[in-house]
Amino acid sequence: MSDMADSDRGGLGGSSPRASTASARIAVRKTYKLYIGGAFPRSESGRSYVVTDQKDRFLANAALASRKDARDAVTAARKAFGGWSAATAYNRGQVLYRVAELLEGRRAQFVAEVRAAEGLGARQGEAVVDAAIDRWVWYAGWADKLAQVRGSANPVAGPYFNFSLPEPTGVVAVIAPQASSLLGFVSVVAPAVVSGNTVVAVASERSPLPAVSLSEVLATSDVPGGVINVLTGRTEEIAPWLASHMDVNAIDLSGATSPLADDLAAAAAENLKRVVKPGDEDWTLAPGLDRMLTYLETKTVWHPASN
Amino acid sequence: MPKFEYAPAPESRSIVSLRESYGLFINGEFGPSVDGRAFKTISPATEEVLAEVTEAGPADVDRAVTAARKAYEHTWSAMPGRERAKYLFRIARIVQERARELAVLESLDNGKPIRESRDVDIPLVAAHFFYYAGWADKLEYAGYGPAPRPLGVAGQVIPWNFPLLMLAWKIAPALACGNTVVLKPAETTPLTALAFAEICQQADLPPGVVNIVTGAGETGRALVEHPGIDKVAFTGSTEVGKQIARACAPTRKKVTLELGGKAANVVFEDAPVDQAVEGIVNGIFFNQGHVCCAGSRLLVQESVYDEVLASLRRRLATLRLGDPLDKNTDVGAINSAAQLAKIRELSEVGEAEGAQRWSPPCELPVKGFWFPPTIFTGVSQAHRIAREEIFGPVLSVLTFRTPAEAVEKANNTPYGLSAGVWTEKGSLILWMASRLRAGVVWANTFNKFDPTSPFGGYKESGYGREGGRHGLEAYLDV
Amino acid sequence: MSAPTQAIPELRGFLHGLPGVDRVGAEARAATLASRSIKTTAKQWALDMAISMIDLTTLEGQDTPGKVRALCAKAKRPDPADPTAPMVAAVCVYPDLAHVAAVELKGSGVHVASVATAFPSGRTSLEVKLADVKYAVSAGADEVDMVIDRGAFLAGDYQLVFDEIVAVKQACGDAHLKVILETGELVTLDNVRRASWLAMLAGGDFIKTSTGKVAPAATLPVTLVMLEAVRDFRESHGRQVGVKPAGGIRTAKDAIRYLVLVNETAGEDWLDPDWFRLGASSLLNDLLMQRTKMMTGRYSGPDYFTLD
Repeated sequence: MSDMADSDRGGLGGSSPRASTASARIAVRKTYKLYIGGAFPRSESGRSYVVTDQKDRFLANAALASRKDARDAVTAARKAFGGWSAATAYNRGQVLYRVAELLEGRRAQFVAEVRAAEGLGARQGEAVVDAAIDRWVWYAGWADKLAQVRGSANPVAGPYFNFSLPEPTGVVAVIAPQASSLLGFVSVVAPAVVSGNTVVAVASERSPLPAVSLSEVLATSDVPGGVINVLTGRTEEIAPWLASHMDVNAIDLSGATSPLADDLAAAAAENLKRVVKPGDEDWTLAPGLDRMLTYLETKTVWHPASN
Repeated sequence: MPKFEYAPAPESRSIVSLRESYGLFINGEFGPSVDGRAFKTISPATEEVLAEVTEAGPADVDRAVTAARKAYEHTWSAMPGRERAKYLFRIARIVQERARELAVLESLDNGKPIRESRDVDIPLVAAHFFYYAGWADKLEYAGYGPAPRPLGVAGQVIPWNFPLLMLAWKIAPALACGNTVVLKPAETTPLTALAFAEICQQADLPPGVVNIVTGAGETGRALVEHPGIDKVAFTGSTEVGKQIARACAPTRKKVTLELGGKAANVVFEDAPVDQAVEGIVNGIFFNQGHVCCAGSRLLVQESVYDEVLASLRRRLATLRLGDPLDKNTDVGAINSAAQLAKIRELSEVGEAEGAQRWSPPCELPVKGFWFPPTIFTGVSQAHRIAREEIFGPVLSVLTFRTPAEAVEKANNTPYGLSAGVWTEKGSLILWMASRLRAGVVWANTFNKFDPTSPFGGYKESGYGREGGRHGLEAYLDV
Repeated sequence: MSAPTQAIPELRGFLHGLPGVDRVGAEARAATLASRSIKTTAKQWALDMAISMIDLTTLEGQDTPGKVRALCAKAKRPDPADPTAPMVAAVCVYPDLAHVAAVELKGSGVHVASVATAFPSGRTSLEVKLADVKYAVSAGADEVDMVIDRGAFLAGDYQLVFDEIVAVKQACGDAHLKVILETGELVTLDNVRRASWLAMLAGGDFIKTSTGKVAPAATLPVTLVMLEAVRDFRESHGRQVGVKPAGGIRTAKDAIRYLVLVNETAGEDWLDPDWFRLGASSLLNDLLMQRTKMMTGRYSGPDYFTLD
């Protein structure tokens, strides 16, 4: 893989197309599966679809997720929510920081995959991966600070102690950005999990492979199974099942365009999901708080103070 | 001969490799002093010499401040927060990787039990660096304006009771906010600070961002009074804190002080008794009572006095005093001969004043500095042992009748660092908490610390807070 | 032993007036004690003491006389290769197999403990429970492990629970009575404290954490609270009651932690099989493996210890 400098060469591995001698080494190609509940199943439908690079050259067959896979992913996310939200903020921060360490260790792999997926040159590819890692670190550092920025002691007019605390809302469905296959993906997944939510993410339909590699990093990190689940497949097929699912508490529609996005938002209203609407986002810019805040509820507690 | 005698369970010293002598850590390197001299640091448990350390003279301090200023102007303050953050994350990780070694080193140099340094001190050190690393690139959200700036060069002087933890409390927020530092560890406990200097090198921290100048009172004074620093942070005795406040008064320097205390630990009749007794023990015997926020005054409601004292005496009999490196030791050595003398002196005063002194039967080792856990009963507010900080394993016991009386007695002190409240009644906890004039109130617990939790005193216990979002203020130009 | 006490007026007031337990504090204390490092001679002593405190247990629907005989053989000679290993304290079985155990253990010094009172649920009439007890005792059990009525306890009917224990104690005759609180169903440590006192006031000789059929079974914090209760009860009422954690104690390390807990809470008067038991089955082999390692210096393996 190290001689990818010849940018005309497609694929992510494989012997040089010019090699004609019998001694050329054949690469062991990766299978790209779903990531649900900490395991890597194929789609229960048995289907896959062809993923190509920006020049329509074959990259891989990715799993084509069905509605049942989506249903299973939501079940896994709900199961993982209790433990993940009950972990200390410090613990979540540690776990997420470790993911960044592993991403850094696999930097070259991700650069190659992002370049292949998005047709980027070497410098651009590296900038994207560096930004994704740094973004992950930025979010990891929020875990034990959200309560201080978002919580408060409220000076009510009476002999009561009153405080407001942010709490995670639950299971968040994420339709990841279509074009930005790694940086965009990180930018929509991390803000949900940092505060204790669990996620079912639908990767970019056109460019899902970096997200699947990220799920491999998650599987070898300390992130418990089910906290982040990654589905690959047709956005139009899968997203409606997540948008209408009554056990999903919030949904990020970034990867959907009109008219699909409007339909999804309407379906989400059925159980009053908290919704992040799609916009024209520049993922290279510093994110604000809005995604994290969308996935936080606020609990206010009263207690009398008297002797 | 007890039925179940715990055999010695020593933590191995071999994990630590001590140099024979240490220079000063200035501008990223260890080097000799230009105008200082050498002194020794010993193990207070055995009195053996651990290493030779350098006492920095005024010219050394000047070199350190110059290095810090240069690093501030050319490297650190302009560096984006997210890059500063990554240095701090590296430091946190290396502390975790070298955790056992640092714990052993801390117990050797300080005298505290290995169980405490291993399970409390060092994990909190790493946690502090992790926490503040995450603020470095989020300062615009900290509530200090859209683009808060650092102060510049911070001069920091720390005490001997939690050497590496006090270093973490000082350096982590300072660096996160973009300042550079010159830190002086206490003269009896320099070794973990010097190990920290090595960690800075391992993390590839740019030279001059952290400088460690070892020494005693004179070195501290030279640092605090140096005109080239913008910020002074001091943790130590109230007496020295006042000197520093006086010295800095005519200057532009920002000052934060974390000083002494004489905390009241208030136990009500409906307290969860067994946990309250643990809280009392923890409050004054944890770290041999060398804790500024120690619960050194037990205020017990008169109606449960006999019961609580009986439980307390029974509990003290199971405390194990001895070799700090033994994993089963609960009470370690007193940090120095000087401190031991002070504790003894005040204990004699206690007896002379008419209080009744009691300690569980305790075998003290021959070498080293040791003092048995001690309770004084029949103490009243007027006694010196109820007013003056002893900074040792000595508890003064007073009584009260009503919550209002408890508050009054608890607040009746020039100090105001911490307080404890033990009761099952929620409204009473909140009522007491709102009336106690103390920077930290522990309800149904004691001596709990966390990097997210602001810590600091009222009144003569100092000003400023360390930890949490509030802890950033000390290192920002706000 | 001791005469059962009369029905206590204001029983509810007494139990609710006991000091509360702060769970966070209790768990922290248990965790600190669990970090004690027990090595060399102390460990040797502790391993042997733990073995001698085991109530070797089989309480399965599929138990047979053959199974009970095999367990009794192990109880008398735990380590096939080492006759110096101590015997366990008791074998614990269902009432209809008590007679098998009684024959096998006769004269050995190992006690015959039988569960009774419709173990494990306890959900039947008092009449049936008492018949169950008498059946076990007449079959040769010299120790009876009863269950309290948790439903009545949680509904606040403390007097009913008390009266049942008194009646069972009477039906035991000379047999020792262990009262199982089923702490996993009581859930809060305040309930554990109250149930402990209730069982002691009603005349129990031992208080026991669990049936082993409900999770969580024995834990260090629960046992800590029970040890505090027996300590305080002896202080105020002058009678010593034993403690038995049961279920979930699998490793030698766990067992030693329990001994440390006893040592530093109730005190060494309880460091004796007459006053402290460990309800376990697979624990024994781990204790034997650790014991063997201390003697030989080598790590051992499961092939060298019997599975009965």
